[in-house]
Order: sequence, then structure tokens, then C-alpha cells
Amino acid sequence: MRQFIKHRGIAAPLLEPNIDTDIIIPSREMKRVSKEGLGEGAFANRRYTLPGGRDPNPDFVLNQAAYKDASIILAGANFGCGSSREHAVWALTDLGIRAVIAPGFGHIFYNNCFSSGLLPLILGAAEIAEIAAATESDPQRRQVEIDLENCEVAVGDKRFSFTIEAANRDMLLNGLDRIGQTLLLADEITAFESADRARRGWAYID
Amino acid sequence: MTRSLFDKLWQSHLVQSLDSERDLLYVDRIFLHERTGSIALKSLAATGRPVQRPQQAFCTMDHIVDTFPGRGDSTIMPSGSEFITATRDACRDAGIHLFDLGDSKQGIAHVVAAEQGICLPGLSQVCPDSHTCTLGGIGALAWGIGSTDAEHALATKTLAVKKPRSMRVIFDGVTAPGVTAKDMILHLIGKYGADGGAGYAIEFAGSGIAALDIEARMTLCNMGVEFSAFTVFIAVDERTIEYAKSRPLAPKGAALAAAIADWQQLHSEPDAQFDKTLTIDCRDIRPTVTWGTNPRQSLATGERIPYPQSLPEEQQAAAIKALSYMDLQAGTPIGEVTIDAAFIGSCTNARLSDLRAAAAILKGRKVATGVAAVAVPASGQVKLAAEAEGLHTIFEAAGFEWREPGCSMCFYAGGETFGEGKRVISSTNRNFEGRQGPKVKTHIASPETVAASAIAGRIISANDLAELT
Ligand code: SF4
Repeated sequence: MRQFIKHRGIAAPLLEPNIDTDIIIPSREMKRVSKEGLGEGAFANRRYTLPGGRDPNPDFVLNQAAYKDASIILAGANFGCGSSREHAVWALTDLGIRAVIAPGFGHIFYNNCFSSGLLPLILGAAEIAEIAAATESDPQRRQVEIDLENCEVAVGDKRFSFTIEAANRDMLLNGLDRIGQTLLLADEITAFESADRARRGWAYID
Repeated sequence: MTRSLFDKLWQSHLVQSLDSERDLLYVDRIFLHERTGSIALKSLAATGRPVQRPQQAFCTMDHIVDTFPGRGDSTIMPSGSEFITATRDACRDAGIHLFDLGDSKQGIAHVVAAEQGICLPGLSQVCPDSHTCTLGGIGALAWGIGSTDAEHALATKTLAVKKPRSMRVIFDGVTAPGVTAKDMILHLIGKYGADGGAGYAIEFAGSGIAALDIEARMTLCNMGVEFSAFTVFIAVDERTIEYAKSRPLAPKGAALAAAIADWQQLHSEPDAQFDKTLTIDCRDIRPTVTWGTNPRQSLATGERIPYPQSLPEEQQAAAIKALSYMDLQAGTPIGEVTIDAAFIGSCTNARLSDLRAAAAILKGRKVATGVAAVAVPASGQVKLAAEAEGLHTIFEAAGFEWREPGCSMCFYAGGETFGEGKRVISSTNRNFEGRQGPKVKTHIASPETVAASAIAGRIISANDLAELT
């Protein structure tokens, strides 16, 4: 999994509350047998003029030249609420998003982020508004910097600190997803298995 | 402390505690299907991590495949064949045994797992499908997971799980004739709500459970997830052991003797403690059918559809919404509600005993005019056994289509459906809006009630049908 230590990027504002997973990726865009390539369907109902179509809607922020190559989303409360579809996270990462900064997240979406190297970062709505205001005049140049080691967000001369659970932060800093974390216990698992085979040999298929 | 069945199942798989909440559990069996298994395998392969112990992982084609005779890789569901071929490729690459199309053992994951002896009493099994808890019927610790957790299980042989609380539901006494395991679980959910089991691992116990055969126990456990349980299970008894030891993949010789000795321990000790206990009097249960869009919204056949204001306040808004979606009037006797279609299938109720029970009702009778009727055996083995007894000719003579195994009309993802807005009596497990297709109105019931209703053209139980004719 991709590590997240420090990231500097263009921040796009999507500040309305309750952007749910269906807005992040509508179910009809989830037809692939893969986690890859879902970026095309990200925000499809807003990004394109027609349902199922691919003509860009010029009003949607990520279609605007000023926010080209945005890698950070500045969001409103309860981002990622709604259905548990993990595709929402995959769609964002495939689109090149590395972090979403919001006052709060849907809890399943929040947990899913860490499995895919996406940083869900919590700041107050007022702080997020300040960041949006500080970048707005020239988003391409006035980029936002996130420092996960020091738990700090910076834009221009403004600095904001944030908190995050230690276990989740470690996962991102080390680029370890949950599988990687468990594999650190490979010896313990093997030891369990050999002891268990002695007890329950019938349960194993060779 | 005297241990419950849950304690025994949990502790025998505990690798270690991870923190105050989560335990790392060893996973004995992983079952995949073409809808979510394909994604899990492909994405795991992309990370370069191997599947550990692929010989303990299995895969089937059930969700997306068509069930028409002569079917192949192409499907009604758009892009379905992509899932089918991706699954085949991924299983071959990972060395996972696949029950493919054309294999007489292919069928619905949870049915194949028990039938083949892939899952056995006391094993832990996961599958990226919520009805994995079906296997609790044979005393296994089995639960549904998401696609990323499936990757985790494949790559590490373990899962990190938050330990649920424990509950025991006692089904006390004997059910009346014509009352099935399906009616028992619908009754439980109707009484305690669709979230009545949330956060719990539940043991079903009592004389009402001991009286059930193994297939009926799996029907009951199948809908543990409709009760929102983490999972559900039933203690092992002589019937379980008889069933398990004769499976194709059951241990043999000395290993079987050791297994049986272990299986005989799979019950709660007399003074085991539970966080919660519920008791159902089996004599209160009657043939039950859902009228609404969540599994709690049910009634006994012969009753009237409830007035929302007669329900507890917190259920009223949902009832009004459900009546509108289902296009029903409160106060109407359910027996006057006419149906467009009847479906016998799914991992809940399409095993041999289900098909026998339905056939006994259909024999010598005809499906009502205008009712479309479809029967889909849960697996190739069920289909062969049913055909060997001639059940297919009874279904066909009555006017049912007799199909190939799979999930079929149990759920809709662009594939098989009776058509927009149809009213269906169905032996399946979910009655959510759109579950069986756009605007389809689903009434869940036992296969017996489905068969009787198909004959009558309206929703009645087999007992009612017998009185009519
Ligand atoms: S039969 Fe229905 S409930 Fe069972 S696995 Fe298939 S889709 Fe799911």
C-alpha cells in the first residue's frame, strides 16, 4: 500500500455536508471486476452532464482548470456516509485523491480509507473554510501541505494541527494495510497452526 | 467458568488478542463466489501476496450465472460474463478449487459448503456473502465478510474480529403441523425486530431446535443475518454427526474418529452464561409470511395486514412506507392478496427437503392461471437427487419451470427477474425494496406456503389449501 508521510497538493472544495458514497460513486459505475479504474465513475452524477455519459459538466469543481490534478478534497460534515461500498474509497484513490479533509466522516468509509492509503483528516468546519479561502485565489500555486508525522496541515503561513488514532496513523506512515499489519504476526500464526494441527488434525486439508 | 458453545468455537480459533476489542481468529475455510470473490482474488494478486493454504479455499459460480437450461458464460446481467471468466482465471492462478458451470457439484456457496463437507462442525468459515451464517446449522462458526476482509483471510489465514456478545434463543416445545423452520425464524424476527440480534453471536437451542433436521437448521440459521446477528449456530447432536460424517470431504478413518470426539463437545455446558436469553414458545408459531419491506413486517397466513397505527410508534412510519411500496391496504386479509409469480429457490430454502415438501403440495395440482412459477434447486447435487425421485416432473406438471442451480431470482443485479412491479411469493430471505427487481413486491415464506400460494393464486398456507380442496 502507498505510504503517506507528507503530501503537498492542490485542494478542491466540496464543502456541502453529507456527500454520501452514492455521490462519490453511483452503483451503476461499479460494474468492474476490479478496484482499479473506478476513478472514471467518481462523482459521475455531478462530473458528467448525463447519467452514464462522459461529457464533463463545467460547473463541477474537479472539472475546472484551477483544480486540475487536485489531490486533496476539502469536504463538509459526514463525508462518505451512506452505503458501505468500499468502491467509494477506490474511486477516490484512482482519481488521484490522497486525502480528504472534513469535519467528520461516515464511519465505514473512514475505516475503509486506511485499507487503501487514503487519509481521512478531521479538522473543524471553520478551519476548513479558512483553508479553502487561503487557496481559492490560485489553487494551483497555493497548495496545501499535510504532514502526517507531525499531524499538521499548512497553507501559506497558516498551520492547523489535527489528531488521528495511533494505529491508523501507523498504517499510513508505514504503508501497511491491514493485511501487512497482520503479516507482522506471521510467526504467531504459524505457531498457532502447528499447535492446532496437533489438536485438530482433521480440520486441515493437505 | 463453564463454557458456552460460542466460547468453545471462539477460543479454539483464537490466535491472540490484538487489543481490548479485537481478537485475531484462525480461519479454517474460505468460500468465494464470482460476484465478490473475483474482485478479492484479482486485487490480492495485484499486491503480489499469495493465497496461503489455497487447498482450504473454495469458490463457486452462483450469484451472476443464469439458471436457464443450456446456460453458458454469457448472462442476462450486463458484464456478468466478465465476472465469470475473471473468477475462473483467478481461481486457476491461485490454485483454488472452483465449482464451475457444468460441474454437477456447482451451486449456491453456503449450500455447496455443507453438502460437500467443506464446512464441518467446529470449523471457522468465512465468505464474502452475508448468508454464510447458514453453516451455523451444523455447529460451525461461519460469518459473512466484505471483499477486503476476504483478501485478508486469503493472505493471512486469519481475521481480526471484534468479539460479539453472546445470546441464546430457546425455541421451546413442538411446532404445530405445517409450521417450518422458515416460520420459526420469521416469527422470531417479527417478535424482536430485524435488529434484535445486532452485536450478538446467537445459539439457537431448545426442544424446538432438537426436533429439526439438519437442512431445516440451516434454513433457520440462514436468516440469522436478517436478525442482524454477527452469526448464529446450533449445538452438535447425533443428527449433525450423522450428516457431517457422510459428506464427500469429511475426514476418514482415525481422523474421523478424532473429529467426532471433538464434535461431541460442541454444545454449551449446563450452566454456561449468556449476555442475553430469549425464549420462544413454539406453540405460538404459525405459517408466516412477510407483508412489508423488512423481515420484521410479517404476519401469520390468514391474518389481516396491520393498520400502521396499531403498531408500536417507532414502527409506524416504516409500515406506511412499506404499505405504499407493496401497494397494499391495511386491514386486507393476506389471503386475499393475489400474486403474479412464485419462486422456490435460494440458500434459505432450495435443498432436497424443501423441494420434497413443495412437491408434496404441488402433486396432482396446477399453478393458478397467470402465475409465473420457477423452481431453482440450490445445487447440482440437490437437482440430481430431486430428479432421481422424479420431483422435477411434479414441478413441471404443476406448471413450474425447473432450472439450473444458482441464486437466480433471490437477488437482482441486472439479471434474472419476474419483471417490473410483479408481486412474488418467494422462499428467499430478503424482502427489501427492489431485491428481486425494479419495484418487485416480495413476500417471503416457506416453500410450502409458496407452493400453496402458487396453486391458489393468492397468499395462503398449505394447511389452508388442504381445507380448500
Ligand atoms: S441465494 Fe440469495 S441470499 Fe443466498 S447467497 Fe444467493 S443471493 Fe445471497
